[in-house]
Amino acid sequence: MDSKKPNRRGFLKGGAAAAGLAAGALQPAKAQKPASQWSEKGTNKEIIAYGERSRFVTSVRAPVAERDSPDAFGLMFHVLTPLQDSVGSITPSSLHYVATHRGSYVPEIDPKEHRLMIHGMVDRPLIFTMDELKRLPYVTRVHFIECIGNRSKPTHKTVQETHGMTSCSEWTGVLLSVLLKEAGVQNGASWIVAEGAEEIKGASSVPLGKAMDDCLVCYGQNGEAVRPQQGFPLRLIVPGFEGIFQTKYLRRIKVVDRYYMTYNDYGHINPDPKVSALGNQIGPKSVITFPSGGQKLSGAGFYEISGLAWSGAGAIRKVEVSTDGGKSWKDAELRTPAYPMAHTRFGLHWNWDGKACELLSRCTDELGTLQPTRAESAKYFDRPLDANFRVPGADNSVQSWKVSSDGSVHNGLA
Amino acid sequence: MDSLKLLPLVTILGICSHIGLAQSPTYGLGRAPSAEEIRAWDISISPTGKELPRGRGTAKEGEQLFRQKGCAGCHGATGIGARAPALVKGGPPAEPGKAPPAGMEGMHMVPDTGIMALRSPYAVTIWDYISRGMPLNREGTLKPDEVYALTAFLLYKNDIIKEDEVMDAQTLPKVIMPNRNGFANLPEWKHGVPRLAGYP
Repeated sequence: MDSKKPNRRGFLKGGAAAAGLAAGALQPAKAQKPASQWSEKGTNKEIIAYGERSRFVTSVRAPVAERDSPDAFGLMFHVLTPLQDSVGSITPSSLHYVATHRGSYVPEIDPKEHRLMIHGMVDRPLIFTMDELKRLPYVTRVHFIECIGNRSKPTHKTVQETHGMTSCSEWTGVLLSVLLKEAGVQNGASWIVAEGAEEIKGASSVPLGKAMDDCLVCYGQNGEAVRPQQGFPLRLIVPGFEGIFQTKYLRRIKVVDRYYMTYNDYGHINPDPKVSALGNQIGPKSVITFPSGGQKLSGAGFYEISGLAWSGAGAIRKVEVSTDGGKSWKDAELRTPAYPMAHTRFGLHWNWDGKACELLSRCTDELGTLQPTRAESAKYFDRPLDANFRVPGADNSVQSWKVSSDGSVHNGLA
Repeated sequence: MDSLKLLPLVTILGICSHIGLAQSPTYGLGRAPSAEEIRAWDISISPTGKELPRGRGTAKEGEQLFRQKGCAGCHGATGIGARAPALVKGGPPAEPGKAPPAGMEGMHMVPDTGIMALRSPYAVTIWDYISRGMPLNREGTLKPDEVYALTAFLLYKNDIIKEDEVMDAQTLPKVIMPNRNGFANLPEWKHGVPRLAGYP
C-alpha cells in the first residue's frame, strides 16, 4: 500500500490510538485528517454495510491436503479452519470448516420457499415455513462440530491440517424435541432420518433418544442467519456427534422404527463393537493452537500456551498441559465458559527456557473420560504403537508439538 | 366475541383440518402435508424396502443405462479406475497401514470394501443412494425402473446376483449382501453414558 496516500488506513497506520473506528469517524481527533477525506470510496460502505476485517488479517480456510476443493468435478469437499490463528472459543462463520456430502455445491435456497416436513411415525405430519419455525420457542447454545476425518497425520504441518475440521458456533433455533412433540411421535419409533434439500439430498439417521434430548433445528449462527456453507436456511445440530449428522439445508425429518442405513450411515459403521462405540459421538479432545506446527517462537521468555478442548459427551472439566513430553502435567486455566459439547479455550502461563521441548495437552470431560494418548489407545486395542497405528474410531488422541531450540514448532507425529 | 360469529368460524376450521390445514397442537403453527406431498418428498427407503416403488430392472438393462446416463463418464466404462469412486471390485489391494482418503476415515479399509455393493449391509441402500444422489448434476431424475436396473448391474458386477435376476420391490430387499453381518451394532445412545466404558 502507498502510505503517502491520504486515506483512513494510512492515517490509522500513522499513529491513531486504538480509540475505535466508529468514534474516530464521527469525531476526528486533532491529528486526524479532516472528515471529508474519510469519505473515500468504499470507506463508508465498510462502516455502514457488512463489515470486513482488517486487510492486515489474512487468516483463511484451506482445502484438505488429501483432496482438492474444487475437485475434478468442480465440487467442494473438506475445507479446514485456521485454528492456529484462533482466539476465544467461537469460530468466525467465515472461517468455519466446511465439509460436504460426497463433494457438493453450495445450494442457493430462498428461505421464503424453504419448508421443513416432519412425518413418518407421527400422529400429525407437519410442514413448517421458516417464518413459522422462527415463531416457535427457541434456544441459543454454543456447540462444536467436528468431522470424523479430523485426524492428525505425520504429513500434516500445521494445526489447521491436523485439527482444522472442527469449529464452534453459537447456534440459535428450535429444539427438535419441540417439533417432534408437536407432531406426536408414535410408539415403536426409535430413529429419525434427517435430510437436506441440496442436490444429493444428503441424509443421516439419528437415534430418537438423541433427537429428543438436545438436537437443535437452527436458523441462527453467531448472531446472524446460518451461512450458506453451513446449511442456510436451516441446519440440524446434533450436539457432540460427528459432523455428518449435522444435516445442512434441512428439509425433512422422518420418524422411523429402525436404523435406516443411509449412504451417510453405511460409511460410518464398523465391524468391531469397540470401534463402533468410538464413532458417532466425539470423545474428549484437545489441541494446543499456540505454539503449534509451523509457528515460531521469537526467543526464550514468557508465552501463553493456548488451545481448545471439547467433548461430544458434555462439558470440559479439566485440561492439563505438559511441556516435557508427558513426564509432568500442569492444570491449564479454562478461559471461556465450559459449555456442553463446545470448544473451550484453555491457557497456561509458560516461560520457555529456549531449549527443545515437547508440548502436549489432554482434557477430561464431565463424565470423567480422559483424552487418550496414541500409546494408551494402542494398548487398549492391543496393537503395536508405530507410525502406522491409526487410533480406532474418531481420533481424539493427544497431539504433540515439538519445539526446537530455534523456536520452530513441528508436528510430533512426524 | 359474538358467539353467533364464532360458530361459523369453528365450522370452517373443522372443514379446513380435513383438507390439510391442521396445525401443531401447542403453538398452532405449521400445517398438515397432504398424502401426495409426503409421497413426493419421502425418498427414504428402509432396509426392509417397505417404501420401494413399483418397477423392475435387470443387470443387462443396467449395463446399457450405465453408459446412456453418463455413469461411465465418471466411474469408468467398467465401473472402476476413473475419477469417481470405484463401483466394481478388482482394484488394487489396500496398502497395509496406508491411511484412507479424507472423507473415508470411518470406513473399514480392506481391499474392495470401499465399494458400496460390497460394503453396504443392505442392497436397498444402493437403490436409495442412486435414486437420490445420481447422476451428477441430474440427481433425482432417474425413474424407478432405471434405478432398479442400475442397482442390479452393480450387484451383478460384484458377483452378488445373477445377470438375469429381476430386481424389484420384493426381490431387492431379499438380496443377501456379502457384508450383511459384517458390522457391529451401534451401542444404544444414552445421555451422560460413556460410549466405551474403560477407554482408554
